[in-house]
Order: sequence, then C-alpha cells, then structure tokens
Amino acid sequence: MTTLTIMRELHTRLKALFPVGELTEQRPALGFVTVPKEHLRTTLMHLRVKEGFTHLVLLTAVDWLEEGQFQLTYLLSNRPLAIDLGLRVMLPRDAATMESIHDVWPTAATYQRELREMFGIDFPGSPRLHEEFILEGWKDIPPYRRDFDTLKYANESYSQRPGRETHDPATHMKQQLYPNGR
Amino acid sequence: MAMKPELMKRMVKGPDGLEFEVEPLRDYYCEAPPTVMPAAYIKIVEDLFNWARAESIWILGFGTGCGAIEMRPLMTPRFDAYRYGVQWRPTPRQANLFIISGYLSTKTLKRAIRAYEQMQNPKYVIGLGSCTINGGMYWDSYNTIKRLDDYLPVDLYIAGCMPRPEALLSGFMDLKKLIRAGKGEGANKYVENFDWYKANQKRVIHDWDMPDYNW
Repeated sequence: MTTLTIMRELHTRLKALFPVGELTEQRPALGFVTVPKEHLRTTLMHLRVKEGFTHLVLLTAVDWLEEGQFQLTYLLSNRPLAIDLGLRVMLPRDAATMESIHDVWPTAATYQRELREMFGIDFPGSPRLHEEFILEGWKDIPPYRRDFDTLKYANESYSQRPGRETHDPATHMKQQLYPNGR
Repeated sequence: MAMKPELMKRMVKGPDGLEFEVEPLRDYYCEAPPTVMPAAYIKIVEDLFNWARAESIWILGFGTGCGAIEMRPLMTPRFDAYRYGVQWRPTPRQANLFIISGYLSTKTLKRAIRAYEQMQNPKYVIGLGSCTINGGMYWDSYNTIKRLDDYLPVDLYIAGCMPRPEALLSGFMDLKKLIRAGKGEGANKYVENFDWYKANQKRVIHDWDMPDYNW
C-alpha cells in the first residue's frame, strides 16, 4: 500500500468521524485538513490514540489579514508509517483565543507561549503563557502580525547609518550600460 | 514592565539560619562611575605598554550572530590565530577584545553591554560583518540594532557578509597597528561619553533591569 493510499484512507476514516475538510496533498507523506475549532481536541486525541500520530512536530500560525483570520497549523507525525498530517484551524483574528493542548503534548506549551508573544493569540491555561519568550520589554503590537509595520518600527526605534541607499539592479545596470539613455 | 522577582529587594534566610536583606541591583555592584584611565607618565613607557597590549589580544568568546562561525577556523590549525598572540577566553574578566560577530538583537545587546563593561581596561571592540555597520540584511528588522557604534565604542569594523577568516586576521593586524599608535582608546571614549552611550542603550533596551555600570 502506498503512502498516498494510506493518507487517503486515513482521511476517509477521519471524515466519517469528524467534520474535517478536504485533504490537501502536499506530498504523498504530507497532507493537511481543516478542522473546526471546537473539534480540534477530539480529532487530535483520536489521531494520537487510534491512528498512531504520537508526535507533535510543530504548532504554528499564519496571519490571514485580509480574511480577518489566524490559521493555526498542528503538524502531527506518525513515526512507524512515516507520514505527517497537518490540522488547520481558522480563528477569528479579533481577540483570538484557542484551547490549549499542553496537557496532550507538553511541548505545545512552548509553541503557545511563542504564538502568544509573536501573534497575540491567547491560550488560556497554558503554563507560563504570559512570561516573556523571545522579546524582552516589548511594547508594540505583536511583531508577527501582518499589520505590524516592521520597517516603520525599525526606522523609529533604531538609528540608521546615513549613506545607505538601495539600487534597483535593473535600473542600475541600465545606467551602467547605457549612460546616454539609449 | 514588572521587575523580575529575583532582582527585587527581599529578605533571605541563609544556610546558617540568619535572615538578611538582599537587594541584588545594589549589593553586588560597585556604584562608582567608571573613570578615564590615564596614559603612563612618560611616552616611552606608554609605547612599551601599547606594544605589549598589541601583542596579546585576548578575545571574549561571545558569538552574537553568524560571524561567530568564522572564529572557529581561526582557532584551529588552518588559520591559527594563536601564532599572532590572539587567543579566546571564556570570561570577560580575562579578555580585552570584544568581537561583536554579526547581528545584535536588542536582547543580546543587553548581555553584550554587561560583558563589555565587565572587561578590564584597556579593552577594544571590533564590529564584524555588515550587520554591525548598518544593519546589513537585518536593516528592516524589528529587534536588531543598526549601528553598533551608538551603543559601544567600536575601534574597528571588518566589512563583509560574512568576512572570511583571512579578513579577521587582517583586522587583527590593523587593530595591532591602532593599539601601537595609541589609538585604541575605546574604553576611555566610552567613559567620556558615558551618558550618551547609556541614553542610546536605554532607548532600545526597554526592560533595563541592571545597574548602569556592571563591574
């Protein structure tokens, strides 16, 4: 049985139990499905206990600013079968809150701390959530949010050395090769 | 920003059962401001000192960015910086050259300042790579500084992204020339413009929870 068949059968089994979305086949051994927020925990537990997805590879977020949503990706791995399955959860961007899964995978607490700091997503009950993780004394909006203007912040906070200029390669080479503007 | 609990003034019970008050930010640091180190009483002696200083450059083994990788081949036989009297030390107390090797985030800057201030005079700073000069590829980053010389007195910059070990060796030679010519006055410059440096440092380090000068 090929990896892709295993993945598709797994998706069929999942679909019978949970309201999961269509399977995005990134690679034969890597697929993604969207799960409603309230069904995430049961789906995770099912995958962990019944399907052998015992390893949480990562938990990360994507800021879909235009849609007003955050996407959380829980990437799970089944080590014996060597397949990875990503669960996508869409959250409303305003006052984003998600259930913590640190009791299922303790490592998730670290990811959740990072997401709280860098995206401002709250995970109530997650240990040490409000301690500083990477940033120290951060006062602005979380820096990984797409409405955070990095360049503007850098220009305001740090003095730049004068004389730094940018050359567009195309214009610069045109100037070099055709100084008379031919 | 609340101060960290371990830095707060508190009562502590010692192993002998005695209770005593501890105020970490005051107790263990000398509060005297740093002073300018004068030159020797006569030029020929100062020149001798400078010759000796130039011939024993001891580097603090503190890698802030990717440039720290370039120092490893220097320690090993291929480039062997030790033949020039250059060696790496594990603590700031034993070092007199601080190489800021690459980008410096504000979080690391805080540690770099502490390490620099703990080094004994005379001390020198080399900025390695374009990140220390103008921010380099992190020019629009939200948490890296763009000009190292706003925060620490830089004696020499080595340009490149990354400079090769040969560039570092050449930089050491240039630094030796500077020191021998009596131009390695970074530590005194730091003391003379202490308030300016502190103001710059505090502008980017928002959770300043250390003494103003770390002996």
